[in-house]
Amino acid sequence: MTTIDASRPIDLASRPDNYLTHTRGFLSWALTLDHKRIGVMYMAAVLVSFFVGGVFALLVRTELLTPGQTIPGVTADVYNQFFTLHGAIMVFLVIIPSIPAALGNFVLPIMLGAKDVAFPRLNLGSFYLWLAGAAFTLVSLAMGGFDTGWTFYTPYSTTTTTGGVIPVLFGVFILGFSSIFTGMNFVVTVHKLRPPGMTWFRMPLFLWAIYATAIIQVLATPVLAITLMLVVIERTINIGIFDPSMGGDPVLFQHFFWFYSHPAVYIMILPAMGIISELISVHAHRHIFGYKFIALSSIAIAIFSFLVWGHHMFTSGQSPLMNTLFSLISFSVAIPSAVKVFNWLTTLYKGNISLTTPMWYALSFMVLFTIGGLTGIHLATLNTDVHLHDTYFVVAHFHYVMMGSALIGMIGGLHHWWPKMTGKMYSEKLGTAACIIIFIGFNVTFFTQFYLGAKGMPRRYYDYLPEYQTYHVISTIGSYIMASGFFLTAYCLLSSLYSGRKAAANPWGGGSLEWQCTSPPPHDNFAVQPSVGDCYDFRALRWDETTQGYVNDPALAAEAARNPLH
Amino acid sequence: MAHGTAHDSKHEPHPLVGHLVPMWILFAVGGALLVLTAITVAVRYIDVGEFNMVIALGVAVIKATLVALFFMHLKWDRPFNLLTFVGSMVFVILMMAFCMMDTAQYRPTQFVGNPPEVEATLQANAPGAPVARYTPYSP
Amino acid sequence: MSTLHTSQATAHEAHGHDAHGHGDHAKYPFLQHHFDTPAHQFDSAKLGMWLFLATEVLFFGGLFVAYAVLRSRFPEVFSYASHYLDTLMGGVNTCVLILSSLTMALAVRFAQTNRTKAMVWCLVLTFMGAVGFMVIKYFEYSHKIHEHLVWGKSFYVPPPDQAGAEEAKVISTAPAPAPVALTVANPAAPSVASLVSTPPVEASAIKPAAAAPGGLASVREQATAEGLPVADNDPAFAHPSMHLADPKMPANTHLFFAIYYCMTGLHGIHVLAGMVMLAWLIWRGARGDFNSNYFTPVDVGGLYWHIVDLVWIFLFPLFYLIH
Repeated sequence: MTTIDASRPIDLASRPDNYLTHTRGFLSWALTLDHKRIGVMYMAAVLVSFFVGGVFALLVRTELLTPGQTIPGVTADVYNQFFTLHGAIMVFLVIIPSIPAALGNFVLPIMLGAKDVAFPRLNLGSFYLWLAGAAFTLVSLAMGGFDTGWTFYTPYSTTTTTGGVIPVLFGVFILGFSSIFTGMNFVVTVHKLRPPGMTWFRMPLFLWAIYATAIIQVLATPVLAITLMLVVIERTINIGIFDPSMGGDPVLFQHFFWFYSHPAVYIMILPAMGIISELISVHAHRHIFGYKFIALSSIAIAIFSFLVWGHHMFTSGQSPLMNTLFSLISFSVAIPSAVKVFNWLTTLYKGNISLTTPMWYALSFMVLFTIGGLTGIHLATLNTDVHLHDTYFVVAHFHYVMMGSALIGMIGGLHHWWPKMTGKMYSEKLGTAACIIIFIGFNVTFFTQFYLGAKGMPRRYYDYLPEYQTYHVISTIGSYIMASGFFLTAYCLLSSLYSGRKAAANPWGGGSLEWQCTSPPPHDNFAVQPSVGDCYDFRALRWDETTQGYVNDPALAAEAARNPLH
Repeated sequence: MAHGTAHDSKHEPHPLVGHLVPMWILFAVGGALLVLTAITVAVRYIDVGEFNMVIALGVAVIKATLVALFFMHLKWDRPFNLLTFVGSMVFVILMMAFCMMDTAQYRPTQFVGNPPEVEATLQANAPGAPVARYTPYSP
Repeated sequence: MSTLHTSQATAHEAHGHDAHGHGDHAKYPFLQHHFDTPAHQFDSAKLGMWLFLATEVLFFGGLFVAYAVLRSRFPEVFSYASHYLDTLMGGVNTCVLILSSLTMALAVRFAQTNRTKAMVWCLVLTFMGAVGFMVIKYFEYSHKIHEHLVWGKSFYVPPPDQAGAEEAKVISTAPAPAPVALTVANPAAPSVASLVSTPPVEASAIKPAAAAPGGLASVREQATAEGLPVADNDPAFAHPSMHLADPKMPANTHLFFAIYYCMTGLHGIHVLAGMVMLAWLIWRGARGDFNSNYFTPVDVGGLYWHIVDLVWIFLFPLFYLIH
């Protein structure tokens, strides 16, 4: 039961080679098969998309400052394109690939103790598919954009006159395959590349979360692909399967779409939950509470995610029987989610909490996810949903979950692994300040929208009654605060590349394998197979002033070995 | 580490990877698939009411099982591969069940006859065509 | 020696080998650096392929769900329109695919036993099977399209060629049907066969498609067997492009053809992709890349080809064999 092999010193000087400096030149990145470089490229691409999607969000919020037109030139049609682009970019280009493809690619093999993912070429292929999908989105913009909303509901998506619908459908189709291949790769990696000693229940919880996510990606995304192809066919040659005027059934489209897109919500949130499990435990320096419950709740959420899609369709003509069934099953998702939150809270209890930036993000996550999750129960309740459906209440709810939870988790994870990825420490003061600003801005923006929605403001509207204006103004101001927080985060991280001090191998005191290799890691991750122990047992670690990081103390390790935790 | 079958290992070296399926099994399965195809075509012309579809699908399931077990080596493969395959089918059936339950529920409220666009096309191109005319649904 | 039968623990043992040295990597040039033994690499590739096949199952699954929903909504459409499909061609295609699946399985076996030449020939036979399937499919499609048995609104437009023009004339000059609503809910409408005058179909107007073997004749025999009123010159059966003049055609018949073209079309695209894959395998096999230690591409390619066969095994009864 020893935790970390204390006999092997971590030697920075003898291994100057790292994955960033291993080879040089553009092609060494463009054709790399190294999962770390692919992860970094994904991260850069995702963050650029996040910026673009964020600009559209700010445009939408600014337009809503006053009833009617606010920004000159932004007509109702242009506004429709803005919110559509914001949604499509944020969902398909940012949140879905953000944690699994960007952070997951970088961290998963190292955490697992593997040299690479199972199929490195396929991994690079996924990245290029992502780029191709993004390119199709740009083509779509050049061809007149699209105003269908990110959900592409028929019959509007098959009849709208905006010219870019088909390219963007192809783009999302391709992005779907990028996501499928990433998921396949991770499932095989977790199954086949675990080193000796890394049993299922010794895997870090982040890997459990990524594994559960990968299963959803593999099983749900193909249905989206075929649905989008049917919409393309419907739009080009009008076969009528989704068209009521041709005898088809538009509700069938919604079934198809949400059979993917509800699990997709868990593709977004599950990896973030995994990150939070890591952050809470490492930065509270306390063994995670209820490891097995958190691990298995990830799998439970993955399975439940396939059984609740109909709660998006309570008011769209779905039959009463199905409404009741889906409502009941939707409530049950609260159980595994609550299992996680309570276990995190219990981990914090009597923990030795370091209020580092990642910890601030983890705490923000817990607050925001709790609000987002609990308001989900309002929406899963049939009769309240009839009132709240398609109002700003829904907008606020899913922003709390998708952005307040998934994206905050991603940015928290980015801060957590930033020293590992770049070898540089960022300014804790700036990072913490940015997190707090984002937290405040987020709540000002979206908590207001709960009121707005409960009072009946419908979502996706360009114009509104004057009595809603106060709330819209508050919400818009909040979005500006939040944007400034993100710019501060970007400054904090980017400036660290130039002026940050060198990161130790283990700056936070983590116990999983990635903290055993240097920061940044060497090209092939591990020269020797690392030994695997309980990655949440931190008792052998001691803060070392000279390296400004945690090191393994043989004396502490021996003492820990004498007092096994279990 | 019991090998499921080692029929041929006397004659030919056992491969380093994978499972060597005996020749006769492959041909037997191929033959069985052809015979089952003949059966399923023949059953089409016999009226057994509801059972026609049951038999057609049942034969298809048997054929699919044969292909999966023997041609695709699932009989000797790791159980997780089987789980992946069967699991994916379970999800398809799940989706099918929910969607069909839903459609069956609101079917009585839908119009009968040709829907509007079909009817318009018909009227424009084949005015005399004696096909089912659109009747608005009246409860 | 680890085989497929070993449990997960083998992967760990295999890792153990790695700690002892890189012997396997020197011995097997195809072994990638992050795998420890050929069996480890083979198992991983197979698991990856099976996951991909799972995505294929769900990819087609979406269409199967659409099929099930449409069929449960319009059962009469499916049992009616199925008779326009050519059972003989569909049956031959089923046999072609089954045989090509068999040759694919044989190819894998020959690869395992180092009989490279036999393997390449089996792959070529499989490829020929794929070509045969697509050729038959091409004839089926072109007949259907020629007769305007197509998707969407075009289904209700008479064919634009000369015979079609005649038909259009026939239809338009036919006495307009009485304002009887032939509703699905009310199939007991008056004997509609009498509502339309039988079109004077000349032998020359019967397109080659109508002479297609088997299927049409059998439809007719079957209709007779069922005791349906099959007149000698029943427009539906005597001249298939006359579906518009057929009084028995239920509403929404075009949806059958919509889902038929979607599903068989997607399947056809998979066959085409399979042909590209087979050509690649033949090229590599002829080059001598595969042996009993390394035949992963043949094996996973075979899995793909079998799933294409498997999908067709379901498509055939679902479209061609509706009683």
